[in-house]
Amino acid sequence: MVNENLVKNVVKEPYKYGFITDIETEKIEKGLNEDIIKLISQKKEEPKFLLDFRLKAFKKWQKMKEPDWAALGYKKIDYQDIIYYSAPKQKEKISSLDEVDPKLLETFDKLGIPLTEQKKLTNVAVDAVFDSVSIATTFREELAEHGVIFCSISEAVKNHADLIEKYLGTVVPASDNYFAALNSAVFSDGSFVYIPKGVTCPMDLSSYFRINSGDSGQFERTLIIAEESSSVSYLEGCTAPMFDTNTLHAAVVELIALDDASIKYSTVQNWYAGDEEGIGGIFNFVTKRGKCLGKRSKISWSQVETGSAITWKYPSCLLLGEESVGEFYSVALTNNLQQADTGTKMIHIGPKTKSTIVSKGISAGNSKNSYRGLVKIGTKATGSRNYSQCDSMLIGDQASANTFPYIKSQQPNSEIEHEASTCRISEDQLFYLQSRGIEFEEAVSMMVSGFCRDVFNQLPMEFAAEADKLLALKLEGSVG
Amino acid sequence: MQSKMKESDPILEVDNLSASTDNLEILKGVSLTVYPGEIHAIMGRNGCGKSTLSKIIAGHPSYNITNGVIKFLGENINSLEPEERSQSGIFLGFQYPIEIPGVSNLEFLRVSTNARRKFLNKEELDTFDFEELVKEKLEIVKMDQAFLSRSVNQGFSGGEKKRNEILQMALLEPKIAILDETDSGLDIDALRIVASGIKKISNAQTGIILITHYQRLLDEIKPNYVHVMSDGQIIKTGESDLALELEEKGYEWTDNFIKEN
Repeated sequence: MVNENLVKNVVKEPYKYGFITDIETEKIEKGLNEDIIKLISQKKEEPKFLLDFRLKAFKKWQKMKEPDWAALGYKKIDYQDIIYYSAPKQKEKISSLDEVDPKLLETFDKLGIPLTEQKKLTNVAVDAVFDSVSIATTFREELAEHGVIFCSISEAVKNHADLIEKYLGTVVPASDNYFAALNSAVFSDGSFVYIPKGVTCPMDLSSYFRINSGDSGQFERTLIIAEESSSVSYLEGCTAPMFDTNTLHAAVVELIALDDASIKYSTVQNWYAGDEEGIGGIFNFVTKRGKCLGKRSKISWSQVETGSAITWKYPSCLLLGEESVGEFYSVALTNNLQQADTGTKMIHIGPKTKSTIVSKGISAGNSKNSYRGLVKIGTKATGSRNYSQCDSMLIGDQASANTFPYIKSQQPNSEIEHEASTCRISEDQLFYLQSRGIEFEEAVSMMVSGFCRDVFNQLPMEFAAEADKLLALKLEGSVG
Repeated sequence: MQSKMKESDPILEVDNLSASTDNLEILKGVSLTVYPGEIHAIMGRNGCGKSTLSKIIAGHPSYNITNGVIKFLGENINSLEPEERSQSGIFLGFQYPIEIPGVSNLEFLRVSTNARRKFLNKEELDTFDFEELVKEKLEIVKMDQAFLSRSVNQGFSGGEKKRNEILQMALLEPKIAILDETDSGLDIDALRIVASGIKKISNAQTGIILITHYQRLLDEIKPNYVHVMSDGQIIKTGESDLALELEEKGYEWTDNFIKEN
């Protein structure tokens, strides 16, 4: 364990998820090479096609260079100093939740994600991922009655190998980028969702990612497939303990929507952000992409990014199907020395495709917050439309905000609209609210939530309230 | 004027107040006492310090008090935060009400009202109860409920903004209201609505300070006292006929006054 690495009493603002679960773990040695990848694959008892997928990705990764185009500055990552597999020791086969280590259940309880039969959330099915492995998924039987598959990706590899083989890496190929290649080589666990034809998923599905170990990276992989005329709303939450070292998190999420299918993917990311001096925190390099393969299909991303020391993330949509729709609603908040370079790519390939981008960046403290987005309209995407709105809010005079919108249109019969604004919380606004009896910090958080309202409106109810609270908490002490 | 015997204690006492911003002295020894039930008007040219006086009483952080004391209900409030002043019953009606994008007017009014209610040890209101209360108060300023679902002051016309201020006054039930050019930018109908609203809200226990350039507001709300400010000082105080005289003769007439005291 790495208890001695725990940052003590450094952070003034409470990061209430910063605790460590003291649990025996099985870790492999540090470093990355073919043998390590074979070992991971062997531990997970994977079929050959998947080992080949991993090894091919690893070869590609070795030839690639870490991207440096983002407006981010950070210490070079030593990829040989990371543990690529870490799992809590458990019995070989777990048939019910009763057999899960109570310490793990307790951990998720503390995070507000109770898993046990008596306490579990009633309207959401949860897949709980702890370091490299998924430890439990709730409501499986109920979902199975509707033909919905919701399980860890490791399980899906065993039980639904055909679907994995057919779809894995088809949206984000291993060669896509440096971090996607790394993930493809070493991914450990994550969630798998399959919604059959014509089914509206009877409840929200949710994955909760918990990094517990300080020296292992987390490389989860999520794959969601929505067959014709199906729909699903999926939520994702993330937290990690406070360490004074940086932990690498490089995930890949792939979404596939067929004809008339719709996927709504919401994230509240609250990885540990490091302390006020910028020590510690998660390096979050994530590739998320959805493919609107079918006609009239729809993929909607909404994200509230408040954590991580570094965020590098561009949830995107490939709009192939005629009249397919892509959406991206984002709130990214940075404080202290956090850095975020986030945005989206909307690639219009099919005709009459539509996309909407609403991005709200809030920078406080000495943080750096950039929106980076690409809207591309291809030659066949006749009659396509995009609307983008990118707003930045600066709090204090040390923070910075950037907007990098790239627009490429090869189709004259299309419309692209882009609006951008930057604002600052003015002393007059604060005084106005204060002179109405509203406390200073409440006034700030009121204005921030007001600024984010367009995005919060897109979040599922329970997430919207949580996001609001989270922002208020994160901003504590950032103004003055 | 202020030496008259009064039956009750003053609500507000401003005593020899001097204040500056960016090392520029704006108030140069202002004294003003408001007793319950009194209406005071402050008149004077732009830049004479009227608005500054109102902001300083409300606690605006941009100004430094260099001398003097502001007392509210007998307590020195020089170092209180603006929100504490509001909660305890000081209300400033803004000359230019501020727009707060994305924040719903209803929620803003509710949070504000509850902050005051909490101070008064009254039960805080949930959204439903508050809506009942606010509907009642909307009547006073003849505002439509549609105002509640819009963002605070955003896209409001000048008149709507001013009525929204009076709505806030009605909800907060302050001990003293300082209304900074509430009449400016209002047409005659809106002026009547606002004036009758102010009269409905005020009573024998409250004090009002009207900052204005024009007699027409004072025709609607007759002040007990009129103060003329110039260069950061009150240079003349009289009764309501002083305003009429001022209207007739213009501020040039006051240029030759030396500070009365």
